[in-house]
Amino acid sequence: MATATPVSQPGPLENAIRSKLTAQFAPIKLEISNDSWQHRHHAPMRAQGSDGTGETHFSVSIVSAVFQSKTTMQRHRLIYATLKEELDGGLHSLSLQTKTEEELVLAEARNGQSS
Amino acid sequence: MFRPALRSSLLLARGHPNVFGPSRIAARLLSQEACSQIQNAVDANPVVLFMKGTPDHPECGFSRAAIQILGLQQVPPEKLKTYNVLTDAELRNGIKEFSEWPTIPQLYVNGEFIGGCDILISMHQSGDLETLLENAQVIPKVEGDAVPVQAAV
Repeated sequence: MATATPVSQPGPLENAIRSKLTAQFAPIKLEISNDSWQHRHHAPMRAQGSDGTGETHFSVSIVSAVFQSKTTMQRHRLIYATLKEELDGGLHSLSLQTKTEEELVLAEARNGQSS
Repeated sequence: MFRPALRSSLLLARGHPNVFGPSRIAARLLSQEACSQIQNAVDANPVVLFMKGTPDHPECGFSRAAIQILGLQQVPPEKLKTYNVLTDAELRNGIKEFSEWPTIPQLYVNGEFIGGCDILISMHQSGDLETLLENAQVIPKVEGDAVPVQAAV
């Protein structure tokens, strides 16, 4: 029963998110993760089938110069505007991490990471 | 009290779609009346959270995280009002238009939209949320500089 695993192949919605965000923000880094399988008990997920292959819940980590001197809320609003079509459709949840390159460097320094 | 009133006004708006003209309807389904009722709701309490479920029984992980953060910040229950959007489809859609924000939960402090779950978490970690709640006189000011959560661990 508990055999659902993360979807390995990007679906059409994930591809749409990637291409729109890439076109709009020219990101230095863009990570999109489909978390839908973790929410397969949700009603919107069940509507897409209960096997955990749907596309409803995503996390996006994006680094772009566009976010320079914008508040987090302004950044999120920009992304919501870019993905309005998807949000009005089947995209149910979008968890966002929005950084500039400088902020990414700072965050990595704080966490003692290197990349 | 809030809920039936909101519902009827939204139904009214749908029943007379030509009042505002087609372009306005396309841009905004929310009637003036529903809009002012949500405005009253966010103004009526210092902290207002639109969430899925209730504080005792959150029905979504993001709403659970939001309510947990407000608990960690020791927001007094008498200053917090939550609305369960799952029991009110009109409110669920209305609040998204009102805030121009497509997801739930949504936090308001002193009538001002603060953000959703991700913003709440990052403001909590940076110490900005504590400062905001202090300045809004929701929680008492602590002497000395606020220590960011990450630095305190």
